[in-house]
Amino acid sequence: MISHYTESKNHTPTPGQARSSWVWFHRFGSSSYFYRFATLWGPRAGWCALVLMVIGIYMGLFVAPPDYQMGNSYRIIFIHVPSAWMSLSTYLLMAASAAIGLIWKMKVSFCVSRACAPIGAAFTFCALITGSLWGKPTWGTYWIWDARLTSELVLLFLYMGYMALDKAISDRNTASQATAVLSLVGLVNIPIIHYSVEWWNTLHQGSTVFRMDGPSIDARMLVPLLITTVAMNLYFISVLLNRVRCELLDLERRTQWVREVVNG
Amino acid sequence: MLTAIITRDLKCVSHNLSSAIQPIGFFILITSLFPLAITPDTETLKIIAPGVIWISALLATLLALDTLFKEDFIDGTMDQMFIVAESLYVIALARIISHWLFSGLPLIVMSLIIAVMLHVPAHAIDALMVSLLLGTPTLSMVGSIGAALTVGLRYSGVLLTLITLPLYIPVLIFGASCISADLAGLPWTGQAYLMGAMLVLSITLAPFATAAALRINMS
Repeated sequence: MISHYTESKNHTPTPGQARSSWVWFHRFGSSSYFYRFATLWGPRAGWCALVLMVIGIYMGLFVAPPDYQMGNSYRIIFIHVPSAWMSLSTYLLMAASAAIGLIWKMKVSFCVSRACAPIGAAFTFCALITGSLWGKPTWGTYWIWDARLTSELVLLFLYMGYMALDKAISDRNTASQATAVLSLVGLVNIPIIHYSVEWWNTLHQGSTVFRMDGPSIDARMLVPLLITTVAMNLYFISVLLNRVRCELLDLERRTQWVREVVNG
Repeated sequence: MLTAIITRDLKCVSHNLSSAIQPIGFFILITSLFPLAITPDTETLKIIAPGVIWISALLATLLALDTLFKEDFIDGTMDQMFIVAESLYVIALARIISHWLFSGLPLIVMSLIIAVMLHVPAHAIDALMVSLLLGTPTLSMVGSIGAALTVGLRYSGVLLTLITLPLYIPVLIFGASCISADLAGLPWTGQAYLMGAMLVLSITLAPFATAAALRINMS
């Protein structure tokens, strides 16, 4: 019994050794550290997003050539495609941080997940609106029951369900855990919904960027598209960090560090 | 424990038959609204019948979901079951099974009558049966997650619908297209296999999610 105890004790590494590579991550679990991080990087990301967006939109509207089939109407792609990409990746981040929150009981992680939902819903809405505006001149109609449009619409419903559940449960802790479970269930369902809808009906043009044989889109169109995508990501980071800051201040309003922040 | 809970639910239902029949009445009522709203024309009804039957089945299942855990949760039965069973997974699974037995199974039987009323030809009945047999348990499984998430709320009906219906879309698509394919004389085994796959996936994962949601609301 005793020898077993000493043996296991010898094998136990000191806390510093074991955790050193994860220290940067564990720090984000601290609300005040995350708050300071967000205060520092949120505005910076926002300014970078603004500059890149102006450059990307300028290049998209004036430098990129008109499409041989769609003329100038395709130029909405520089908003439409990044917001569609962001609508999905925001859901991924929302579900991932919800999972981290459930597994390691991290408050900050729940705050990130919660802050993602309205932004993701806004991106989804933006993708749907720009898509239908683009659909009118090219397909001749604002809305078609096409696979991608429909799964984007379902994604909007998933975001709305998440936010509705979040609002309905008054206890903060229960709400964040319940919405976390819902977002994970949605994560399992998204591919199933996507492929079932795809199988059901397809009209949307195929992907022209992610292809095995390289992008089939002209480089002069691809570059502004990539710039606006990066800008959209930075914008997302900036808004997310700001929302998380508000969440954290609200969540920890009775603690010492919030008092220090508020009183200057 | 599993059979004990199901037996208890059977007794509860036999004591309160009228509330158990309500979703079935709802199912028949909704399906009979479609010919009134669209057209009594035989050929048109035949085309819309798969969708009508599946949408009505979806809504009838939802109607019965609201009380899936709520009564037990409010009167403390859930806590007592949790103490005895020590596993919310078993409680969740038992309640899902009895939900299907008392709402899914009668619905499948009733759909035979509805199919005749909507002029679905006899050769498509097997596709209808298979799709409902594979689909309705999936609906019960997936819906139980929403029911467990909203168990602590007093008025959860609309919210439950809002969070559950998007998750039902794949079942709706394949269920309806299973029958439509058979009506058009096309093979429908592909859809049936996919529905089977969804059923297996939901049996594997949904009770865990339901149990987790119940635990969150019980703590």
